[in-house]
Amino acid sequence: MNSVLTIDRAIVDAIFAHARRDHPDEACGVIAGPAGSDAPTRFIPMDNSARSQTFYQFDSMEHLRVWREMDDNDEEPVVIYHSHTATEAFPSRTDINLAGEPGAHYVLVSTRDPGVDEFRSFRIVDGVVTEEKVDIVDAKVDA
Amino acid sequence: MAIEVRVPTILRSYTGGSKIVEGAGDTLTALIDDLDAKHSGFKGRLITPEGNLHRFVNIYINDEDVRFLGALDAKLNDGDSITILPAVAGGALGFAAAAALLGR
Repeated sequence: MNSVLTIDRAIVDAIFAHARRDHPDEACGVIAGPAGSDAPTRFIPMDNSARSQTFYQFDSMEHLRVWREMDDNDEEPVVIYHSHTATEAFPSRTDINLAGEPGAHYVLVSTRDPGVDEFRSFRIVDGVVTEEKVDIVDAKVDA
Repeated sequence: MAIEVRVPTILRSYTGGSKIVEGAGDTLTALIDDLDAKHSGFKGRLITPEGNLHRFVNIYINDEDVRFLGALDAKLNDGDSITILPAVAGGALGFAAAAALLGR
């Protein structure tokens, strides 16, 4: 399992744009990538059906549609991201208990400080959280 | 009666790594019982000890969320396709019920 998330700056910017736009509600989404590549390339902002400042949940029908689309494209959810809007970018107990995609990088951002972009990435497998390095690269992608 | 079931990564430890398994049953409950007989422990990841569908598991019959089709009582027909997805959810504050709901 990789201990580094390599991600394009344009995608990081898109995640923050989404999170800042939905602040103070939590924002969530997926970055899909070719199966087996571990490369997040396709930015997919999702609705937070909970519309809450302390909770997020993908809308069940959008979830099905996007997961089917990834299947059809031979893609995987490489990154699953969400924002915390008043606390640090670290998985809460809820995040850990509900993490159901052991192959994904769980990206947490915080929008608690309008001037500071907090971006961290974790593996969450069987209730165990492991923070990993984030390598933000500049490349041209269709984010 | 053959029903195709798409299994999410997190539950493939019960299916020997298979992404798609086949089951039988004329309701979702019957199908899950059939799957549990073939893949021991499967049911416990979908159904609470009280006998309800886990809040943070989504099950779809073809293109519909079973919550709109009668949940565990939903009727199944030969050739239906079932998709199981763990809900993608979480959030900043302790959601006390989550751990209990998940039985962890």
